[in-house]
Amino acid sequence: MDADTNNDDQIDIGINSSSSSKLVLYSYWQSSCSWRVRFALKLKGLIYEYKAVDLSKGEQFSPEFEELNPLHFVPVLVDGDVVVSDSYAILLYLEEKYPQRALLPAADPQQRALNLQAASIISSSMQPLHMLSLLKYIEDKFGPDERLLWVQTHIEKGFLALEKLLIDFAAKYATGEDVPLTNL
Amino acid sequence: MLFSYPQKKKKVKKKILYVMSFLIYWFPEFEELNPLHFVPVLVDGDVVVSDSYAILLYLEEKYPQRALLPAADPQQRALNLQAASIISSSMQPLHMLSLLKYIEDKFGPDERLLWVQTHIEKGFLALEKLLIDFAAKYATGEDVYMADVFLAPQIAVVTMRFNIDMSKFPTLLRIYESYKGLPEFLASSPERQPDAAR
Repeated sequence: MDADTNNDDQIDIGINSSSSSKLVLYSYWQSSCSWRVRFALKLKGLIYEYKAVDLSKGEQFSPEFEELNPLHFVPVLVDGDVVVSDSYAILLYLEEKYPQRALLPAADPQQRALNLQAASIISSSMQPLHMLSLLKYIEDKFGPDERLLWVQTHIEKGFLALEKLLIDFAAKYATGEDVPLTNL
Repeated sequence: MLFSYPQKKKKVKKKILYVMSFLIYWFPEFEELNPLHFVPVLVDGDVVVSDSYAILLYLEEKYPQRALLPAADPQQRALNLQAASIISSSMQPLHMLSLLKYIEDKFGPDERLLWVQTHIEKGFLALEKLLIDFAAKYATGEDVYMADVFLAPQIAVVTMRFNIDMSKFPTLLRIYESYKGLPEFLASSPERQPDAAR
């Protein structure tokens, strides 16, 4: 089943549903972490089954999903018997198992390291500090003004670091002319 | 060359060129190395790598001896990457000292304490669930891998710094006992670093 044919369908997250697709991606349409993996799958030309997890309805807390990911986060990738959660781990898994259209530049170790760093800045120093569950905690406790200030502070700090990191290397894309891991 | 601060908790592989430690990380020279002003930063000849996750992956590729990611089993490999990522993305950024200072300055010490306990316990609970079916002597089996490299310092630092009750996480606690006997873990501990406070 091609992901493009079911963009309009919200599929139940029943993990026991039969499917002929080898790859299954549990994703929320608005999640930036899920988007990274979707982007990578498209670049690598991989067909996958899309299983929607509606975070706004709390579907990530269902017992079935908890079994897939005890942190209740999307995305989660299921590849046959292998279950991988966390977008960074998924991307590295995909890069190793499906090496076509490499996301980490093979020849240049500095460019390779740069991609890993930029990806890590985003996944560790930015996204965890502006994910919606955390912002809700902050807003509930400290009010909307603090929420706004928090978001601006941490996002700008992260983007400033990325700007400095990439300024000498970026060409058409983040670290050169091809679309590597950083861009995801 | 590895730039580090002794409290910084990421263990590194043995084969590093040599170690220099700086307590102060806001020198202009350091900003050039890492615009986020974080340690660690590894310099390997012409290559400069900041961010512990990126450094460990760089080391794993360039110095494949004593692999930190199990080669044969993709699930175990993925598990290690996930556990490492849970710690580096969902735990450490939420309890790093600069962030806690921001929270304490704005909202007070009680909120700081509650924040720390909430996020650390959430992360450890997730790790407990993730690893419970796979852990043996170490996090994902009988050998030390990437998950352990992240988990060992994480447990050591948060128990010392924030007084977290690890008895709620019996799998993690049991694994931690194994780490305490590892010479490489002990040799890389904060107290044994050149810049450790006397």
